[in-house]
Amino acid sequence: MIENRPWLTVFAHVVLILGVALIAFPVWVTFVASTHDTATMLRSPIPLLPGPHLIENYTVVLTEGFAQASRTPLWKVLFNSLVMALGVCIGKIAISIIAAYAIVYFRFPFRMTAFWLIFMTLMLPVEVRIVPTYKVVADFNMLNSYSGLIIPLIASATATFLFRQFFLSVPDELTEAARVDGAGPVRFFRDILLPMSRTSIAALFVIQFIYGWNQYLWPLLITTKEDFYTVVMTLSRQANVIDGVPQWNLIMTVGMLAMLPPVLVVVFMQRQFVRGLVDTEK
Amino acid sequence: MHKRVTFDDKLLPYMLLAPQLFITVAFFLWPSGQAIWQSLIIEDAFGGNTRFVWFANFERLLTDSAYWHSARITLFFSLMVTLIGLALALLLAVMADRTLRGATAYKTFLVWPYAVAPAVAGVLWGFLFNPRVGIFAYWLDRFGIEWNHQLNGNQALWLVIFAACWNQISYNFIFFLAGLQSIPKSLIEAAAIDGAGPGRRFWTIMFPLLSPTGFFLLVVNIIYAFFGTFGVVDALTKGGPAADTTILVFKVYNDGFRGSDFGGSAAQSVILMLIVVALTVVQFRFIERRVHY
Repeated sequence: MIENRPWLTVFAHVVLILGVALIAFPVWVTFVASTHDTATMLRSPIPLLPGPHLIENYTVVLTEGFAQASRTPLWKVLFNSLVMALGVCIGKIAISIIAAYAIVYFRFPFRMTAFWLIFMTLMLPVEVRIVPTYKVVADFNMLNSYSGLIIPLIASATATFLFRQFFLSVPDELTEAARVDGAGPVRFFRDILLPMSRTSIAALFVIQFIYGWNQYLWPLLITTKEDFYTVVMTLSRQANVIDGVPQWNLIMTVGMLAMLPPVLVVVFMQRQFVRGLVDTEK
Repeated sequence: MHKRVTFDDKLLPYMLLAPQLFITVAFFLWPSGQAIWQSLIIEDAFGGNTRFVWFANFERLLTDSAYWHSARITLFFSLMVTLIGLALALLLAVMADRTLRGATAYKTFLVWPYAVAPAVAGVLWGFLFNPRVGIFAYWLDRFGIEWNHQLNGNQALWLVIFAACWNQISYNFIFFLAGLQSIPKSLIEAAAIDGAGPGRRFWTIMFPLLSPTGFFLLVVNIIYAFFGTFGVVDALTKGGPAADTTILVFKVYNDGFRGSDFGGSAAQSVILMLIVVALTVVQFRFIERRVHY
């Protein structure tokens, strides 16, 4: 900083450490809960230090599942979430990048109409048009299927904009050179534009993976069979079971497993994550 | 906006646009049109007959005290989530910006809650405050405060607010920190030479220069509080107790899927769409102008 004010620096660190502690505390409690047995977790106050049942809890949850809301082994549920997250983020990136390519690199009638149609989806989050969207998916026979989980979510105005912005910044000379060398539109896209878009794709991938993994309302609506449950909705179902003794140790184990993949993606791809967040909002 | 060099192909651009447009029309525009249509009709209980009733559904909705109760809750909830979330994130960002070397380390510890699903955040906070085993509920009890958000509507609403803030803080933090780090150091140095202390420098230089980021985050947070918090509410309180945490977006779902009141739910959808459109327009105007004072 500009001048040396040690007390202020100390104050800053104290505030930050308190902030980090406050933000991490719920997850710490969740982790601790996932390392004890059911009986311990029913006696208040619950412990704040890890116990000896970590491996046991995770094995039970992953391979056997537990009663109450659903009995599916969690690895299947996690697999569903993974399929959905990857499907949504790859689908979004794929259809957006080709749509942006069409809008930027071609002149054709209704170009701007198409652009505005895509733009409008930005304004209509799934939460506000729940019932009619559900009906459309039911009419397409896509309830209880991976395609029903994925396809309705892959239209993306933000991704299309991001790629459009990027394509507009690519110098025209590059296109000219490619054309002189006899490259057609498909070849130019595949050999020049796609490799140049790597960083944008990586940034979008992180953001959309989290978006897909964390979907809640959508899978809740269109899945009625346990075979297609995702981990986030499974957690909520388990935590809201009314009858019987809640097995908090196992529920919180599910909680840890529901958080871990997207959190790891953010922590290990932090640079792409921040870039993606800032870019998609522009 | 336009490229000087383009490709000529009659069919290819349409083929490239087709998937995106198909999904947009089938899953966005068509359902939205359906919502508008359904908000203007009444279907009888057996699903056979439909009657066009103009704005009767809206009239019924706007004279329903339960709807206004939900609207008031949503307003209070959104206001609190936005204010608390922004204030805490700004505080943390200013502090992280001060500690030159620590900033990146703290950043890693502060950004990850963004990756936690709202519904998971709801379950976590529900567990912390669980009246029987929750550690916070236990501590509050020792201070003589009886905590039971399953019975006390006021406590339930605050709990949903905490959970929603916790989930959103890292997003705000990232944008505030980026905003702070883009302020030229020379400005702050000049102010320091003129004798302005840290507090004065913050209010007269950093805070005004952060205003574009602040406005942007304000709109994004309101949108988040209105629409992104469905998972928090559903996982934590299911709108209860006695509809005291039934925010508007939860009510659309609840009336449409649990109550089978399609006309009423569709009318609510249309009102929410108008709100989103208004907020998005505001957001784009601010972003285009990049307000500076």
